[in-house]
Amino acid sequence: MSVTVKLRDPTAESSPVRRPRLTPPPSLDGKTVALMDIGKSRGKEFIDRLESHFAKAGIATRRYAKPTNTKVAPIELMQKIAAEAQLAVIALSD
Amino acid sequence: MPDGLPTDGLVIVAKRDCPTCSLVEPIMQKLDRAGPFAVISQDDPTFPAGVRSVIDDHDLERSFKLNIETVPTLLRFKNGKEVERTVGWDRQEWIRLAGDAASGDGLPAWQPGCGSKSVEPGVHEALVARYGDPGLKSRAISVGNWDDPIEACFERGWTDGLPVVPPTDERILRMLAGTERKPDEVVGLIPPNLAPCTVEKVAINAVMAGCKPEYMPVVLGVLEAALDPLFVLHGLLCTTHFSGPLVIINGPAAKAIGMNSGVNALGQGNRANATIGRALQLIVRNVGGGLPGAIDRATLGNPGKYTFCFAEDESDPDWEPLSVRRGIAPGKSAVTLFHGEGVNGFIDQKSRTPEELVRSLAMGLFGVGHPKLCLAGNAVLVLTPEHYKIFKDAGWSRRQIEDALYQALKRPGRDLVRGAHGVPEGLPPSMAEQMIDKFQPDGLLIVRAGGEAGLFSAIIGGWPGQSVREECQAVTREIRP
Repeated sequence: MSVTVKLRDPTAESSPVRRPRLTPPPSLDGKTVALMDIGKSRGKEFIDRLESHFAKAGIATRRYAKPTNTKVAPIELMQKIAAEAQLAVIALSD
Repeated sequence: MPDGLPTDGLVIVAKRDCPTCSLVEPIMQKLDRAGPFAVISQDDPTFPAGVRSVIDDHDLERSFKLNIETVPTLLRFKNGKEVERTVGWDRQEWIRLAGDAASGDGLPAWQPGCGSKSVEPGVHEALVARYGDPGLKSRAISVGNWDDPIEACFERGWTDGLPVVPPTDERILRMLAGTERKPDEVVGLIPPNLAPCTVEKVAINAVMAGCKPEYMPVVLGVLEAALDPLFVLHGLLCTTHFSGPLVIINGPAAKAIGMNSGVNALGQGNRANATIGRALQLIVRNVGGGLPGAIDRATLGNPGKYTFCFAEDESDPDWEPLSVRRGIAPGKSAVTLFHGEGVNGFIDQKSRTPEELVRSLAMGLFGVGHPKLCLAGNAVLVLTPEHYKIFKDAGWSRRQIEDALYQALKRPGRDLVRGAHGVPEGLPPSMAEQMIDKFQPDGLLIVRAGGEAGLFSAIIGGWPGQSVREECQAVTREIRP
């Protein structure tokens, strides 16, 4: 990717240049995990398997699906996931 | 040397929009025929007419790299290095550099040139950013060519919730040109992380806030005042109370940068008012790490925590400005920082004498914090023109208004102690037999501002942290150029 804009850091530069990933929660107790099928082939099988593993562990899940695998998820879908779940698994399977 | 120039020969940097360059156009045509020669044309590659070797310098890269300040500039190169130059039109100098072909028969002996486009205001900084060494020490953050820089600033947590101006080198260099202070000078340690803040970091955040370069001395003055230990910025930042820094500017600097002290002075619409207060908040956020919900524990906060800054109306020579009242010499620019909560509108359309208005204002001021709490936080009283006129017409000075309000703001402790009037909030029972002042001495800051119409004033409550006067007060500092 070519770079066209260079900004200068306005902070005290005490954190890495790359934005850190969110820290995983210490426990999944009481959390709801979103399982999102991105719409590629056999994604459903993968999600089914994950769902059964989570169910055995007593962790709540909710299923979601992108309308098409060729575009990013619609804003409404992402807002729904953010409102209803605390974690998400995005399933890619070919 | 820049590409395309003769290794041994003459170069003229010119622009069509320069009468002197047009004057010497026939000479440029002669020199073109005489030998190795090129014209660097800043604004029109068809100028000068009849010259074969014209280099289009619309992007001003060559002019910048040759450090051109005036056009025309005649340069002579030898072995790829510049050996001589002259600026403007001067027959003797041109003949000395270029020989008789540059005699300019029929022209006046001398005519000054014009400014190079490469040194126009703002352009030079842009050229330094593009082609030179900007000398900035802050680390660079790259944004991909499909990404929106404004969104990148949001994603990195650099904003107060509103979009910021992306801090590019060009903008930062322009901002730094607004102060004589060196970019690496440390202004102070910003709480809560006590991170050193250089003038360069101030400039970056001022860019993001939307400041113009000429605001820089004021922004720096505001920050210095905020870092005065007596202002207790750390405490103000982490309080659960509403308050945040309220900035009041006095003196010629306020006028010079077009600050608003009139209609809607506490509201929106003026760039300097809006962005100077915002710059301080962004510095605290970005350099100091003072984030809402983290160290900033405000229960509710107030909208002024985006920005809260205005200038005092100093149009009446009879009025002693706030800064002068607080020890700054008349005619000097100054900043006063106060721990302000929101604006409480005060309406009195019936008082016609100073005595009536003082009694009425005192009733409003009693409400600061809580009507039964005293010495627990100070206040700013913003007197509008119509309320001020009542005092002025009676010949009252600032000091008389202050003294009268101080007296009017004394109340018997028995009305204020806990439980009095059926309200548990209040002062300790031991104060029941005393006369109690509402505010600390000098704790009521009176400032003039506002539009001509409206028998209103504004009361801006302070912060309970001000209750220990030796530890926490409003701060006034002179603004350095």
